[in-house]
Formats: sequence, structure tokens, C-alpha cells
Amino acid sequence: MSTGQEVLVRVENVEKTFRRGSEEVHVLSGMNLDVPSGEFLALMGPSGSGKTTLLNLIGGLDRTTTGSVKIGSERLDQMSDRQLAAWRARHVGFVFQFYNLMPALNAERNVELPLLLTHLSRAQRKRHVQTALEVVGLSHRAKHYPRTLSGGEQQRVGIARAIVTDPTLLLCDEPTGDLDRKSGDEILSLLQALNQDQGKTIVMVTHDPHASNRATRTVYLEKGQLSAEKPE
Amino acid sequence: MNWISQIVAVAIFNLRTIPNRKGSAITTVVGIAGVVAVFVGVLSIAEGFRAAMTVSGSDDVVIVLRSGADSEMNSGLSREETRLIADVPGVARNAEGALLSSELFVMVNLPKRSTGTDANVPLRGVGKEAASVRHNIQIVSGRMFELGRNEVIAGAGAARSFAGLDVGNKLRVGQNEWEVVGVFTGGGGSAESEVWTDAAVLQPAYNRGDTFQSVYAKLTSPDSFVQFRDALAANPQLKVKALLQKEYLAEQSKALTSFIETVGVGITALMALGALFGALNTMYSAVAARTREIATLRAIGFGASPIVFSVLLESVALAIVGGVAGAAGAYFALDGFQTSTINFQTFSQIAFAFTVTPQLLAKAILWAAAIGMLGGLFPAIRAARLPISTALRET
Ligand SMILES: Nc1ncnc2c1ncn2[C@@H]1O[C@H](COP(=O)(O)OP(=O)(O)OP(=O)(O)O)[C@@H](O)[C@H]1O
Ligand SMILES: [Mg+2]
Repeated sequence: MSTGQEVLVRVENVEKTFRRGSEEVHVLSGMNLDVPSGEFLALMGPSGSGKTTLLNLIGGLDRTTTGSVKIGSERLDQMSDRQLAAWRARHVGFVFQFYNLMPALNAERNVELPLLLTHLSRAQRKRHVQTALEVVGLSHRAKHYPRTLSGGEQQRVGIARAIVTDPTLLLCDEPTGDLDRKSGDEILSLLQALNQDQGKTIVMVTHDPHASNRATRTVYLEKGQLSAEKPE
Repeated sequence: MNWISQIVAVAIFNLRTIPNRKGSAITTVVGIAGVVAVFVGVLSIAEGFRAAMTVSGSDDVVIVLRSGADSEMNSGLSREETRLIADVPGVARNAEGALLSSELFVMVNLPKRSTGTDANVPLRGVGKEAASVRHNIQIVSGRMFELGRNEVIAGAGAARSFAGLDVGNKLRVGQNEWEVVGVFTGGGGSAESEVWTDAAVLQPAYNRGDTFQSVYAKLTSPDSFVQFRDALAANPQLKVKALLQKEYLAEQSKALTSFIETVGVGITALMALGALFGALNTMYSAVAARTREIATLRAIGFGASPIVFSVLLESVALAIVGGVAGAAGAYFALDGFQTSTINFQTFSQIAFAFTVTPQLLAKAILWAAAIGMLGGLFPAIRAARLPISTALRET
């Protein structure tokens, strides 16, 4: 990728501690991570190692205990809740393991949701929704409700929703975790295409070596620290 | 940002999920419908009673009482005084003289048709002009009583409520026997709850000598009231006061209507408290059931306020559905339903109809909306405060 040199995500000296009653749980300690623009990064590690926690920090869904998270030129740790919400709407797309679609809305309405946070007209929104559904290959399912779609199709709706605002960064938390091998592979191909053809920077949490093989780089999280090698 | 369309979008899909939460939604709707029905029901009694008491009051009919008396019950006037009142300027006249009726009344006990137990009915002695002084008095069956005879005519409301008030029937009350010769209506007013006879017959029957309790007079026009009142005050031989009939009746019904209203509002407030907890519960579980959806919306970038508003909107919508159902139910079940109650000033039975006014319905529905608002507020705030990353973990 031509834009591959700039750093898009910079996580610096991040600590994250949760309180569970009187007990403190140190999940991330002194964590550093740079994600260059245009990278498709796979984040692996055992269950409970803090992968989701790290992803949420990068996505502005949670705050660091100490340390900074910088996306492009913006410091997430210095933003107010309101600023963070507006920032998320413009710059990130989330893809969830269980799709998190609104059961009461059909596919195109689900995909349209992030566009309600923009100034686009109804007609413009419709066009963007159509494009996003085309990209994921689901135009023919636009009027379907989530419960009438297969898991793979639901996840494609989820991806369409994540890319409909054309964000720079896609954050995927085990996007194939709930899918069979074949549907999972289709989703991975789709993510790969988004990365290669549209230059999306992707951070994907996964347990599946199959999935991480599609990424341009894989990092491992264990005991609050990252490493480039799979720990023994 | 497109704030309104955010709210609308979130609210619409909230509303669409109601069928998945039928049980608790219906509980809320029914609870609020019940509150509203009771509220409307009780207050329609007050409205109906007020209407019954004041409908016949007109602004060209005055009632004259002894000064210091606050009702006919504790007023007294001599024949001489009633003559002086007849000569006061402002009183309308016809060929036979002043349009004025000197009246007295006693309470008699008659058995109710419904229960057979005795209750008070006012037996009013009136002058021969009584019907022309008042508006809307009409004999609907039988005939007018004859002067000088033990004959009575019964108001339609009294005739409905009390056994024995049928045309042709003879009533024994104390030492006296009265023949019912007619039934009259009075435009739904308080006169309909009374029984009338000739004042000159009633006086000796109850040892009242030649005294009265009130004078009803028709004025030449509503504008002559001030002239009439001032002329009465200027006459040193008269210690009396004049009130427009309308004001007098409103005054007389005040104690009972405000009692009913107080009790009604009290009962309704208690029920409303119950309905409020119902609504709170419904909305808390609605928020709990949608925790992950709400968190997803927040992750996408939706602000806290569309979430708050959409929860409130849903709660208010449910409440209004309940409110409208309850109000409609009360209206169809109760409006115009005839019944009677005791007037606390005279302890006599007053016939009236439940009166469900549009204002009452509007008020009830507003109350319902307020319950919905309050019931949705805390759940809405909880929804908005959910920490996103924690809420996303919920399955
Ligand atoms: N809000 C929270 N409050 C308390 N503890 C938390 C919270 N969120 C996460 N944790 C704890 O932090 C640790 C890391 O959790 P996290 O979900 O990031 O792990 P993960 O690597 O994503 O695991 P998995 O592979 O099972 O999804 C776990 O021990 C978890 O219990
Ligand atoms: Mg996780």
C-alpha cells in the first residue's frame, strides 16, 4: 500500500486496570503498539488476555487508566465522552462477533444507522447504503430482517454498517468467531479486499490461526504485553 | 448532527420491539388505563353534580335570604318582608303582579326505589308563580298541583329515585297525606330532585306559621340585579340579602364537589403511584433487554440524548395508549349514567348524571402522559449511562 508508512494508531505506555469490588485487575501494563495506515493487523492471545480491552481503547469505547491512544493526529484520552462519540461516528467502523444488528430493522436500515449521524439527505443515505451492501454482496437481501439471514449474511450486514460512512479504521472483534469455516473464509476475504482495494486499516481480534494468516501482521497479547512472536 | 432523525430512528425501532415485550407493556397500559378510568369516573361525578346544581341557575333569577343565612336551611322571612321584596324595583311583573315566589321547605323521608331504605327529599312549598320565575320548569306527566290542596308534584329525578312518587299515588308523611298529581322536569337542575306543593298548605302542615325561608324572584333583566340588590340594602325594614340563583347554586354545590374532587384526586394519586411503579418496571426491563442494542448504537456514535429521548418517548407512548383507553372506557361506560347522591348542605338526595367533559378527558390523558414521563425518566437515564464496553459484553 502506498500509504503504508504513516502511523495511524499509536498506543503508548497504556495501562488498563479494572476494579472488581475491592480487587484490581491489571489487564494491560505499559503497552505500546503502532499500527501503520493500510495495515491489516491480527491480534491474538489467550482468552482473558485483554484483546477486547485493547480494541475498545483504540476504538474510543473505553478509557486508558494511564497512557495515551492517538489515532491520526487526535488524542482519544483527552476527549470528552461527547467528542469521543462524534469521533467514533466519523472515523471507526466496528464489527462484532455476534453482529449486533438491530432485530427490528431490516438489513438496509441497519446499514443506514451510522448515516443518521451525518448531514446526508435521505437520497444520499440510500445511495451509500446500496453501495455498502454491494461491496459485501448483499444487495439482494436489503429488505431482509436479521433473523431471516444466515450468520455469514448477518456478519456481512455488520461489515456494510461498519464501512458505510467510509471510516479509515475498522475494528473487528472475532468477526468469524461465530461462523462456520466457509462463511468465515468469505468474511475474511471481504476484510482482505477492503484492506487491499480500499486501503482500510483493520485491527482484528481472533483466536483462529486461519484468520490471522489473512492479515498483513499478527501480534500476540499475553500478560498485559504484546509480542510479535507466538508465546510458548 | 441530525439530532431529530437520530431520536426518531431510535424511537421507531424501540417501538417496534414492543411486541417482543408484550406482557410488561400491556401491564403498563392496563395499569394506566385503570388510573385514568378511575380519575375520569370520580371527577365526572363532581362535574355532573356541579352541572345538576347549577344548570337551572339563570342570571335573571334571584334568591333572597335573611342576611347572615348561607342557605335556605337557616334563613327565615316573614310574610311582611316578602311583600316588601315584591315592591322593590327590578322585579319583573305580569298582569297579576310581581313574578315572585315565597318559599319554604322541609325534609321528608321517603324510601328509595333501589334499596328500600329511607332518604331525605326536600318538600318545597312554593308560590303560584314558582314555575314562571324559574326557567325550564315543565310538567311532563299529570298536572300542576291545585292551590290550597294536599297535592304535590315530583321532580323527575326525585320520581326516579324514590318509591311512591308516581302520579296518582298517595304519600303518608307524618300526620299528613299528599297526593302525587304530576311530575316535572327542570332542565336537569336541582329542582328536579325536589317535591313541590303549595306554600300555603305546607306552612300549617309543619307549624311554620306565616313564615317563609326564601323568595325567588325574576328580574326584568340580568342588568337589573345591581339595582335590585342596592334597593334591598337601602330599605331599613329589610334585613335580607340577594344572590343570583346561579351563584347561590354554585355556592351550595361547592362543599360536595370539592370533597369529591379531593377524594377522587386522592384515590387517583394512590393508583397513579402503582401505575408509576408499573411503568418504571416496564421501562427498566425494556432497557435491560436492549442493553446490547443501546451499547451498539453508542459504539456507532449515537449520543446519550437520543437514547434518553427514545426511552422516554416509548414510555409516554405506552402511557398515552393506556390513558386514551381508560378515558374512552370511562366515557362510554359512565357519561350520562344517572345516579344520585346526598347534598351535604341540605342532606337531601340530588339526582345527577356522570358528566365526562372534554376538559376532563384531556386532563386525564395529560396525567397519563406525566406518569409515562416519570416512569421512563430513570430507566432512560440508566440507559444513557451504561458504560459502553461493559454493556457490549452482555449477550
Ligand atoms: N468492565 C470490566 N470490569 C471488570 N473486568 C473487566 C472488564 N472488562 C474486562 N475485564 C477483565 O479484563 C480481562 C480482559 O478481558 P478481555 O475481554 O479484554 O479479554 P479478551 O482477550 O478479549 O478475552 P476473550 O478472548 O475471551 O474475548 C478479563 O479478565 C476480564 O474479566
Ligand atoms: Mg474478547
